[in-house]
Amino acid sequence: MKPETSNVKLMALQLRRKTHESVVYIDRDSAPRIMPSGEDFILEDLPIGTRVLYPNAPIKGLPNREAAIRYALNHPHECDPLFAQLEPGMRVTIAVDDISLPLPPMATPDIRQSVLEIVLDMLSGHGVDDVHIIIANSLHRKMTEWEMKRMVGSKIFDEYYPDRYYNHDAEWADGLIKLGETKHKEPLTLNRRAAESDLLIYVNINLVPMDGGHKSVAVGLCDYESLRAHHEPQTIRDSDSYMDPARSELNHKVHRLGKIVDEQLNVFHIETAINNRMYKGDMDFLLRNEDDFTAFDRMKFEAMRYTMSKMPRPARRKLLHSRPAQYEMIACHAGKTEPVHEKIIAKAFDQYAIPVRGQCDILITGIPDISPYNVYSILNPLLVQVMGLGYHFNFYRNKPLLKKGGVLIVHHPCYDEFDHKFHPSYIEFFNRLLPETRDAFVLRDKYEQEFANNPSYIEMYRRGNAYHGAHPFFMWYWGENGRQHVGKVIAAGAENAHVPAMLGWDRADNLTEAIAMARSFMGSSAEITMLHQPIIGIADME
Amino acid sequence: MAAAAFYDLEGTLVSTNLVHTLGFYARNEPGLLRSLKKSASTLLSLPMFAITDQYSRKVFNDLYFKRYKGVKEDRLRFLADDLFFSVLKPAVFPGAYELLEKSRSLGLRQVVVTGALDVSVKPLMEHLGIQEYVANRLEFVNGVATGRLLPPVMAAATKASWIRVYAEREGLSLSDSYAYTDSMSDLPMLSIVGHPAAINPDMRLRQTALHHDWPILNLK
Repeated sequence: MKPETSNVKLMALQLRRKTHESVVYIDRDSAPRIMPSGEDFILEDLPIGTRVLYPNAPIKGLPNREAAIRYALNHPHECDPLFAQLEPGMRVTIAVDDISLPLPPMATPDIRQSVLEIVLDMLSGHGVDDVHIIIANSLHRKMTEWEMKRMVGSKIFDEYYPDRYYNHDAEWADGLIKLGETKHKEPLTLNRRAAESDLLIYVNINLVPMDGGHKSVAVGLCDYESLRAHHEPQTIRDSDSYMDPARSELNHKVHRLGKIVDEQLNVFHIETAINNRMYKGDMDFLLRNEDDFTAFDRMKFEAMRYTMSKMPRPARRKLLHSRPAQYEMIACHAGKTEPVHEKIIAKAFDQYAIPVRGQCDILITGIPDISPYNVYSILNPLLVQVMGLGYHFNFYRNKPLLKKGGVLIVHHPCYDEFDHKFHPSYIEFFNRLLPETRDAFVLRDKYEQEFANNPSYIEMYRRGNAYHGAHPFFMWYWGENGRQHVGKVIAAGAENAHVPAMLGWDRADNLTEAIAMARSFMGSSAEITMLHQPIIGIADME
Repeated sequence: MAAAAFYDLEGTLVSTNLVHTLGFYARNEPGLLRSLKKSASTLLSLPMFAITDQYSRKVFNDLYFKRYKGVKEDRLRFLADDLFFSVLKPAVFPGAYELLEKSRSLGLRQVVVTGALDVSVKPLMEHLGIQEYVANRLEFVNGVATGRLLPPVMAAATKASWIRVYAEREGLSLSDSYAYTDSMSDLPMLSIVGHPAAINPDMRLRQTALHHDWPILNLK
């Protein structure tokens, strides 16, 4: 055997060496990888040596969801069981997470429905009739009637909607009450009904480690002034990352606000963790290593790709949004917020943490049509930005997956499309403000309050289904630590030049060109890692 | 620099339109026979009003205000309160109060620019707390309406030019000002401010608002 051949084989063996089930290295005979790019799925041959991170295998769901919920309610952490806290005639408010969790919306029955059915039954059995269910949408868009019905089931919906089952309104002055402020002068104003109830029950679904805990009440039910104290660029810059609660300044600030909540409200927190079985059956191959595909898997992919290639984009979007996630509950805890959240976060990391050694020079991520802010809607340019520089970049613990100054390649068409009903203020932000500046601090100081107080946007938030006028600013801040960290962002597959330019990104026709551009920036021996989307996973960096 | 919020009225802040007002006056004609006759002729005019409004607001105004010919001024003033309580007040959109309140809290001057008659809208303006408004004025000779309007006739481009002159006189920044309307005929008014918005828009204005990425509000 010639020495060169021997070396190549040795390298191949090293590359094949698996450090973890979810970490795969591309070899000469590796299959091309599937990559989502908006509403499309493309097949790409990656350079040899590229490290690909897959989602961990789903933890087995609890066999009896209802039993687990009942057990949690009866064995809470650091407080009396729920039934022991109930008295006839008391005023109870149940707050639930909004449509941004989980993603995509899960197959019915939603976990919230299961929890609510049990809790409402218990309340009724104890003579508690004054019950309101409030969606903790904060400054997110209000959920539509159809979405609200889907989330809780028709029985609860028919009984409570619209008088006792409704969206939180962060702009209804009479419906809010100021609880106080932290020693750092962060104000906290909450939903009055929730704050003045004898008992506030919060029903959470934890999808990423940023969710849940004190964020549920202190953010989900607050007003704009309370939110802007921590949804600001410096807090995001200081969060390393915001998916790592221990090192998230955002989490620390919310924690301080949560202390005020705990002092003044009686909160019974019900948190649930889910596995990452986003798809099963006809689309489960999207979560698996392409090298392990069967002929049937390849056939399913080709059939899907062919079908979608014949459809216009809105129809593709509609099709993707009609596929509910198949998440299963893997843990349920109830009681005081902090101990409950600690247990759920530990379980979430069990599911999501992928041990990774070594940062990369180039990070590739396809941007799927999945985000907390475009459910049944369009992933507009600002949301592409928040998914790339925000969520996907922040999927790490200890240190970023991408080296400081490295290149982030996002794959998305970057179409200039916005949803006028859901994202009206995003349009003005993108077209009027970004050409002037991309500096998050300038944007906050100069324009945030103008947008937040724009009467049109407020009315569209209150009476329609629009995100709050200030929301596009939060989306921009959300990408702030990513923006400060990366040396360059390349939008591969962008169908136009102006959207990447407005976002401050370079553009490439395809992934091959983007990788060549990134290598010219980082050097030809640059180490490449790809997040195999859709992924909910945290790179647990050594 | 100070700024203002300019509102169209009918269809924007209230669900009624000019024809509701005309219908109310027709119903309240003295004498059963006259009332029936006037109501019937108003009803029969509806298709013509609809068609001309699509064609030109000016032509619509010419035809519409002719219906007031012969009506006495004191009678219009006498019926104004009744019109307000029975027709206009119930028709105020719930969201209109919120919009005005929020807009007022920002320090914006509240100005209504309407094609309705000044005598008809006065009580409504007081109810909404709006001091500054401009409306159409009928020409009266010896206290009897001639069916013509006194200039400037508030419609389409005239609204925009009135706003421009008003803003200049009052030292208002149009770039920082807002305008709200439901009708395509008010497109000029939307075009001259920095923050235009369509409220409960007709189909043509909806398409235009979508095309220009203007907010579309539903105050119902």
